[in-house]
Amino acid sequence: MKRIELKEITKRYPGCVANQSVELSVSAGEIHALLGENGAGKSTLMKIIYGVVKPDEGEMLWENQSIEVKGPAHARELGIGMVFQHFSLFETLTVAENIALSLPKAEAKSLDALKKRISDVSKRYGMQLDPNRYVHTLSIGEQQRVEIVRCLLQDVKLLILDEPTSVLTPQEVETLFKTLHQLSDEGCSILFISHKLDEVRALCDNATILRGGKVSGHCIPKDTTTDEIARLMVGDDTPLSEDYKKATGGEPYLTITNLSYKSEDPFATPLKDISFDVKAGEILGIAGVAGNGQEELLNLISGEETTTASCVKFAKKAVANLTPEKRRILGLGFVPEERLGRGAVPDMSLEENALLTGYQGELTNKGWINTTKVKAFAKQIIEQFNVKTAGSLAQAKSLSGGNLQKYIIGREILQNPKLLVCSHPTWGVDIGAAILIRHALIELRDQGAAILVVSEDIDELYAISDRVCAICDGELSPVAPTNEVTINQLGKWMAGDFSPSDTHSDTASAGPLANVGGLS
Amino acid sequence: MDIELITNILFATIRTGTPLILIALGEMVCEKSGVLNLGQEGMVLMGAVLGFIASVVTGHAGFGILAAIFAGMLMSVLFGFLAISLVSNQVATGLALTIFGIGLSAFLGAGYVGMAIDGITAWEIPYLSDIPIIGKILFSHDPLVYLSWGIFGLLFWCFKSTRLGLTIRAVGENPEAANAIGISVMKVRYGAVLFGGAMAGLAGGYLSIAYTPMWSEGMSAGRGWIALALVVFASWKAERILLGAYLFGAASIMHLVLQGLGFEASPNLLAMLPYAATIIVLVVLASDAVKTKLSTPLALGQPYRPQV
Amino acid sequence: MMFNRIALEKRSSDSKTMSYLSPVLAILLTLISGGLLFASLGQDPFHALHTFFVAPLSDLYGWTELGTKVAPLLLCAMGLTLCFRAKIWNIGAEGQFILGGLGGGYIALELLDVEGLWVLPCVLIFGALCGMFWAALAALLKTRFGANEILTTIMLNYIALNWLLYGVHGPLKDPEGFNFPESAMLSEFTTLPVIFDDYRLNISIYFALFAAAVIWALMSKTLIGFQISVMGEDKAAARFAGFKETRLTWFVLLTCGALAGLAGVSEVTGPVGQLTPYISSGYGYTAIIIVFLGRMHPVGIVLASMLLALTYMGGEMAQMDLSLPKSLTGLFQGMLLFYLLACDLLISYRIVRKPASKNHSQSATQNINAQA
Repeated sequence: MKRIELKEITKRYPGCVANQSVELSVSAGEIHALLGENGAGKSTLMKIIYGVVKPDEGEMLWENQSIEVKGPAHARELGIGMVFQHFSLFETLTVAENIALSLPKAEAKSLDALKKRISDVSKRYGMQLDPNRYVHTLSIGEQQRVEIVRCLLQDVKLLILDEPTSVLTPQEVETLFKTLHQLSDEGCSILFISHKLDEVRALCDNATILRGGKVSGHCIPKDTTTDEIARLMVGDDTPLSEDYKKATGGEPYLTITNLSYKSEDPFATPLKDISFDVKAGEILGIAGVAGNGQEELLNLISGEETTTASCVKFAKKAVANLTPEKRRILGLGFVPEERLGRGAVPDMSLEENALLTGYQGELTNKGWINTTKVKAFAKQIIEQFNVKTAGSLAQAKSLSGGNLQKYIIGREILQNPKLLVCSHPTWGVDIGAAILIRHALIELRDQGAAILVVSEDIDELYAISDRVCAICDGELSPVAPTNEVTINQLGKWMAGDFSPSDTHSDTASAGPLANVGGLS
Repeated sequence: MDIELITNILFATIRTGTPLILIALGEMVCEKSGVLNLGQEGMVLMGAVLGFIASVVTGHAGFGILAAIFAGMLMSVLFGFLAISLVSNQVATGLALTIFGIGLSAFLGAGYVGMAIDGITAWEIPYLSDIPIIGKILFSHDPLVYLSWGIFGLLFWCFKSTRLGLTIRAVGENPEAANAIGISVMKVRYGAVLFGGAMAGLAGGYLSIAYTPMWSEGMSAGRGWIALALVVFASWKAERILLGAYLFGAASIMHLVLQGLGFEASPNLLAMLPYAATIIVLVVLASDAVKTKLSTPLALGQPYRPQV
Repeated sequence: MMFNRIALEKRSSDSKTMSYLSPVLAILLTLISGGLLFASLGQDPFHALHTFFVAPLSDLYGWTELGTKVAPLLLCAMGLTLCFRAKIWNIGAEGQFILGGLGGGYIALELLDVEGLWVLPCVLIFGALCGMFWAALAALLKTRFGANEILTTIMLNYIALNWLLYGVHGPLKDPEGFNFPESAMLSEFTTLPVIFDDYRLNISIYFALFAAAVIWALMSKTLIGFQISVMGEDKAAARFAGFKETRLTWFVLLTCGALAGLAGVSEVTGPVGQLTPYISSGYGYTAIIIVFLGRMHPVGIVLASMLLALTYMGGEMAQMDLSLPKSLTGLFQGMLLFYLLACDLLISYRIVRKPASKNHSQSATQNINAQA
């Protein structure tokens, strides 16, 4: 029996077609993958199914009946559940209150009865959950459980998961897959959105691949090679991956010693006794699930927060009490996670955004801005980093994610930093831009800069870092050369298990994701 | 100080605190849904002037109160249209609403300055008002004072244990997520803004019909703004608004106290007290910034338009 | 059934044209609404609008009076521009104006019998310092205690007004003034020189134009101006870039306070000539509208100051010639600001007509960067 069928679905946005004549069909109990690069139109399609977005053209069949989903509430009535990439949770409410809000009034009448149901369902599917906890006290993995349990409470017939594994440790991914298999055995259809091919091959029965808003192919993932699927995703002209030589680096440039810090922000993660160094001419990668102290650590390196001077040193000079401005003079370049709204000012032009961090050099003279030089600098970034834009006067917010990221990274690199700190350098970026960015980072490393990369994307860290470690709950794992750390070991570190373990037995017990690599 | 004086002071404290309670409770609901409406002062003045005019025209204070509520809601629709539907900057729109309300109310009320109406008479609750001292302080007020307690109770219950309360909080914390789970953010926010407008209008009506039955330009004297501070002071909790409003009420009638004690002080200097008290409260709040941060609706002041 | 629906669509980039057109549109809408309002009051709308907006400027006297009102408005508005660019919502220009007037007036009264050219500059500087001091309170409350500046500055406005009232009812009252709440008239040496004989327009208009030029240069040519803009647009980016929020906050507030204080003392030592409870006429509040209407750009602000100054004169004219309440001024100002905010929507959105499709009726659409 077909659970859902999409016919000729088209959705246009001003300036782009998000979905063009997309066809998709999922049977009962089938785990179906929807694959595609960033910007391929996956999320839009999911939102159409869930009734958040209305298509311009096309038809949707639900259990062979033509229907029009009026909104999320209607979708849930039909039995469609969705777990968004950015969770739809309310942090100041409890788990039970969160779930109550999304249930029909009649079902949520008694909060106590609901709590019992939550406990029952979560036990049944092996997802521990305390209904009385406040959501802001839960880890990302636990928050995802809330989302899934919320769907399961309602007789879900089709469960849509949008990039569910991007926020999980490898071990958590395994647990999730178990739950999903159990669900599919019970007849629930699952639509699994991802761009990680190995996961899809481990989990899914069928796959539909999107490229540029159109369906570019179908396949049975288990019988298809990663490269074949990747080709369908990115087209013929783009290189799939690049191998970079690992480097060993020279003298430590950034040294962090016994850094413990608790910020005034009540939602922040306290850092516990962190020590590591980044050598000139190497890339150090820090893995970890978001919200484990990365932001706090980076703020202390960038100077947006300050602490006892000696905790952070640039080339043996204690800097932890210095302002961002002074640290930049000492050679710091910084690429924050938020591109719009921190790395760049959305409403300002690219020229003004060039001045944002470039103001210390020759772009200004005694407090007066040299407009000619600012313009030239902006144009130089645009040219050298192949930024697609209407011109140097375009507003930052008018650029696509990938182009803006190229611009920001270009701005930092062209100031010749001795230390470049990058947070999630290629998150949400198209593959062309991602390759360019990684290439630029390697080049900068080879010129002798120390580079620190913080990312949730394990594949990327394996591809570019020379040494790697993980952060969990404000603590840092041991640091080791990347090719000596198995993915399973790194997963354990990400989950906070820093005990030394035998590399060989790790490989043996590796889960479905043991050989993640290739396209990311 | 004799008992009589203390009784009078406490009685006056409650009367003076009442408009603040009304405005602040309305604004609290509005802010909990994520909308910051700085137009309280304008809505209060419009409520006051229209309430007063309706009382004069109909000769009936009840109609005046209804007109006041209506005026506040009308103003809040204007705000809602700009700030919710047209996603304008909430701060600027609120300021505009205040400036507009001050101008329009002065214009409409120009012919009514100096007129007198009967106003609302006190309604002494049988038996309870006979209790010595307490009866006079608590149970010899006009009906609007009791109404303010009723509304307080209702809101307290609403946010403590109803789905509606939960929904409003959800919208104020994360409108994106609320939309995703099927809550109509626009409806909830419009509802909250309208409620805020109704309450501010009612407060205006209370001022011009019950508290001092007359109209004069700018008669709200910054109460709309003080109420805004009060909401922050109360960390968006109804019970703390009640407490805070009476504290401010007490500060505003200091001249009564001082006169009672036999002091002479310039009325202009004493008139500064509630404003100074507001500043002090804002400073004291800062000592507990973390708590304020935790209780502030996370999406406060952020416009939201669902994508379709 | 096919029909066109009007919908809003987000522009990928803000429209420069619209940001200049929006104030014009708002002024037109205000005029139309004003006309309707006059008609509903039984006035001939064209005659009434003429009385309100044109008649006041029919002679040199009118123009000099306009200048007299532009000077304080422009000074306050330039100061507020700095604050609003930094998104420091200083509503306190009114209080800073009053305190400048009160402080300057106090010194002027103390120096009533002193002769000399140095007296006036002293008075002006002291007035500006008083305004600065009042703004410093707001800056301190914001930077040291994190108190919301909107609320603190409004409270400071009320307190400033009460200080003024206290002054003119008490210690500063003219002993020979028949118990009116007014001070004595200021001396010749503490009065700003007028530009034309027989007219009230005085040299404070030069202060205002000079301030406009300086602030224009500051905002468009210097790093500090850039930092102020970044801080207003995007606090996180400012912090990331290492701009010093506290220092910038102090800078914009103190500058604004000094300018508003100067405006206040110029009013007292100029057209008013003494301390009265009404030295301000709400200039500090009107300046807020001017800043928005003038797009925070000096040229725009000069033009907007003239228009808003005109609403004051129009209100007086309407009172005299049409016997309408003077509060029309406030009404027009409020309307103008409202229409402006509504029209500003067109800067980042465009109105499109879309045919409603057969299956899916469209409501307002919004461009997202169609992310997968």
